[in-house]
Amino acid sequence: MTEFFQQLINGLSLGAMYALLALGYTLVYGVLRFINFAHSDVFMVGAFAGLYVGRSFHNSSVGNGILIKLLSMLLCAVLGIIIERFAYRPLRQRSKLTVLITAIGVSLLLENAGQLVFGANPQAFPQVFPAQQFTKGDLIISSKDIVVLGVTITLVALLQFIVLKTKIGTAMRAVSFNAPAASLMGININIIISFTFGLGSALAAAAGILWGYKFPKIDPLMGIAPGLTAFVAAVLGGIGNIPGAALGGLLIGVIETFVRGSRWSTWTEAIAFVLLIAMLLFRPAGLLGKLQPEKV
Amino acid sequence: MAIQAREVESDMSDALLELDSVTIGFGGLTAVSDLQLAVAPEQLVGVIGPNGAGKTTVFNLITGVYQPTSGAIRFNGQPTAGLKSYQLAKLGIARTFQNIRLFESMSVFDNVRAAIQIHRSHGVRDALWRGRGFREGERAVETQVMELLDVFNLAGFADAGAKSLPYGNQRRLEIARALATKPKLLLLDEPAAGMNPTEKLELMKTIQFIKEKFRIAVVLVEHDMRVVMGICERIAVLDYGVKIAEGAPDEIRCNPKVIEAYLGDEHVAC
Amino acid sequence: MFLSRPRTCLLVAIAISVVSGAIQHHIDPYFVDVLTSIGINITLAVSLNLINGYAGQFSLGHAGFMAVGAYTSAALTMFLGPKLFPSAAPTVVTMVWFLFALLAGGCVAALAGLFVGTPSLRLRGDYLAIVTLGFGQIIAVIFRNIEGLGGALGLNGIPANTNLFWVFGAAALTTYVVTTMVNSTYGRGFLATHDDEVAAQAMGIDTTRCKVIAFVVGAFFAGIAGGLYGHFTLTINPKGFDFTRSIEIVVMVIVGGMGNTTGVIIAATLLTLLPEGLRTLAGMDIPLPGREPLSLRWIGELRPLLYSILLISLMLLRPQGLFTWRSRRVKLKAT
Repeated sequence: MTEFFQQLINGLSLGAMYALLALGYTLVYGVLRFINFAHSDVFMVGAFAGLYVGRSFHNSSVGNGILIKLLSMLLCAVLGIIIERFAYRPLRQRSKLTVLITAIGVSLLLENAGQLVFGANPQAFPQVFPAQQFTKGDLIISSKDIVVLGVTITLVALLQFIVLKTKIGTAMRAVSFNAPAASLMGININIIISFTFGLGSALAAAAGILWGYKFPKIDPLMGIAPGLTAFVAAVLGGIGNIPGAALGGLLIGVIETFVRGSRWSTWTEAIAFVLLIAMLLFRPAGLLGKLQPEKV
Repeated sequence: MAIQAREVESDMSDALLELDSVTIGFGGLTAVSDLQLAVAPEQLVGVIGPNGAGKTTVFNLITGVYQPTSGAIRFNGQPTAGLKSYQLAKLGIARTFQNIRLFESMSVFDNVRAAIQIHRSHGVRDALWRGRGFREGERAVETQVMELLDVFNLAGFADAGAKSLPYGNQRRLEIARALATKPKLLLLDEPAAGMNPTEKLELMKTIQFIKEKFRIAVVLVEHDMRVVMGICERIAVLDYGVKIAEGAPDEIRCNPKVIEAYLGDEHVAC
Repeated sequence: MFLSRPRTCLLVAIAISVVSGAIQHHIDPYFVDVLTSIGINITLAVSLNLINGYAGQFSLGHAGFMAVGAYTSAALTMFLGPKLFPSAAPTVVTMVWFLFALLAGGCVAALAGLFVGTPSLRLRGDYLAIVTLGFGQIIAVIFRNIEGLGGALGLNGIPANTNLFWVFGAAALTTYVVTTMVNSTYGRGFLATHDDEVAAQAMGIDTTRCKVIAFVVGAFFAGIAGGLYGHFTLTINPKGFDFTRSIEIVVMVIVGGMGNTTGVIIAATLLTLLPEGLRTLAGMDIPLPGREPLSLRWIGELRPLLYSILLISLMLLRPQGLFTWRSRRVKLKAT
């Protein structure tokens, strides 16, 4: 029984990071109907940003940790905005596939540049928050998991607030429903799109730092697998749907952790895709999403 | 030159197409409600009504894009429930679209050729082998395509890109393409949209011509009343998904319900 | 040009393949290797072009089909072959068995194509891309778990059956099949499906069937390419057939121009030569008078980076591909 809870906590903590990544995918898809392949690499850049900044702080404390996080999030927000501005915006009128391929190109660019600049070898991530362990019987709860879950919950709540209660959030939702109409209402689409990218990228950076904190080795190719899994999570929850992405992330994190701990562990990487395919076949709108039929 | 419309009795029992109490809803909205409609072979029927009345939805129901939530549709006596669009096309139902849907990467010639393939004489094996059967089949296809393009005065544009045609010609190409499937029933969704009066007159003559030459029934959705009244033998009027009137053009023109819902007073000459 | 007499062109190409195979050992082995890679890549790119370019189904898992073909044919030549034939079998027997192994690899890959294509059918562009990517990964994971086929370490010691004859022959056959299929009235159905599925269905085209056929045929030839690849590199493992590999093939199709077989062939050739060219360049030292020679080794390290920049620039500047030109619309002249 303790085993079960242990795995559950691990799963939730993994799932929380997937959730943060998934939110970025779902935000961008909601506004642009486009899968940002490069998102997983912004995650990686966020982790490395945290690594370099963190190295210059010599003691770990909650304050330092938060500072590192915020700096990294800001940096990646800017990165995301730059990518959108120069690689995606010029292609907005072109076919979806052109942009998809460009996104793949940007992803490869970031990965390769990362390997050149950071070196291909995994590096150790500094302890940005102080680490502790709490035990309750046989159950070991690391403060890392608490931090991961805590930060994720805070960020998701913040996101919900922005999207539902602020003017810019309403504008985002308007653009995701009907961009031309939104622009006719006086909304500056370019600014909203930039903001969305910035927001998503900041979340990716947060996820990257948490990932480095929990799995203390990072390398330039670290984003590929979590990125794909997180995208699946977003689709699982209903792409374009924010609570759905969070739910999807948590679900996949838990399922993956249990599979990894079972005798089917060698199939772990296939799990996310099997879920994806099953979902698209049986419930294409996702768990919380709504299907948009094509107007003939 | 006035174009006379012939009045023809519509008889439910040998109807080519029958819609029997057809209803369809999307979410909370009932788009078409309890529709009764019959089209006889070689009859020209018009469907009119304000925007949003459900006219294109009716076309989508007939061509299998949507399945009715209740009621039945029969073509040549055979129920169409569950049949997909391409199967219905093979049975003899063809259509054009409100927003022109040509095959944009292909030439004018190929657009029609793509549609003829449902009656092609050769298959994959012949395409790969490229023997005598293939060549003859392709030759026959070429002849048929050019004949059809000729009817619409598009033969000279055969090699041009479909997208490069002026708007009026694109609409005509869409009709030519639909005819390539050798239908018994042709559904035209606002074919006169965007045309000037001369082109509309041409269109009216063309529709009558193809109806007689190819011996097909035509159902026409259209907003231009001169076109509708000029060539249709019967007209059905939809409003909010419900048929509010049906009859010969003269009856419809003077029908007070129709005038109120759609036509407006200027058309009253009764 | 080749459409007016496709069968003749095919026979000429096969003749060239036979000759190439025969004179192979007179050619510098390095060139033979490069030519072999070119042939395999052409087969891969042309087969993917059928799925992506002509039928418009954006598949990112093509390497998966390659893997299926590679493993199947390797298993047949390594495990089943020696059981059926004595070890000192005459060349003819080896060749026939190899042909059988290749075709079997293609067929199993085609089956995989059926399996992948069918559920993917209802999906739009970007979803389809992700699902096919997912299938590619799943296939890799499956092979990683089959201990009988080497598991994560893969298979070693695959017999070196591939030579220029097989490789050029496969490339020629693939090109022939894809081109003749598409350039017929039947083939217009593929393009129509790509352009506007709703309209295509309304014109009587079974778009589902078109898409599945594209996947199956494309997968078949990818499987054959995989078999050729395995018997060329003599060792295969699941990592060699991952997403990166699929992307390499996709780039060839994009650079060549989706739906443009000639362009794709040129692109495949150039993109195979490019890394070789860069590698040669990187190995050179430019002599500078009175100073240490300038080493160009950094070019080798920058190669992947240059690749991604190429991709992005291409999409921004010329997404229709480098080798698409305004071709005269050839009305199929019935000869």
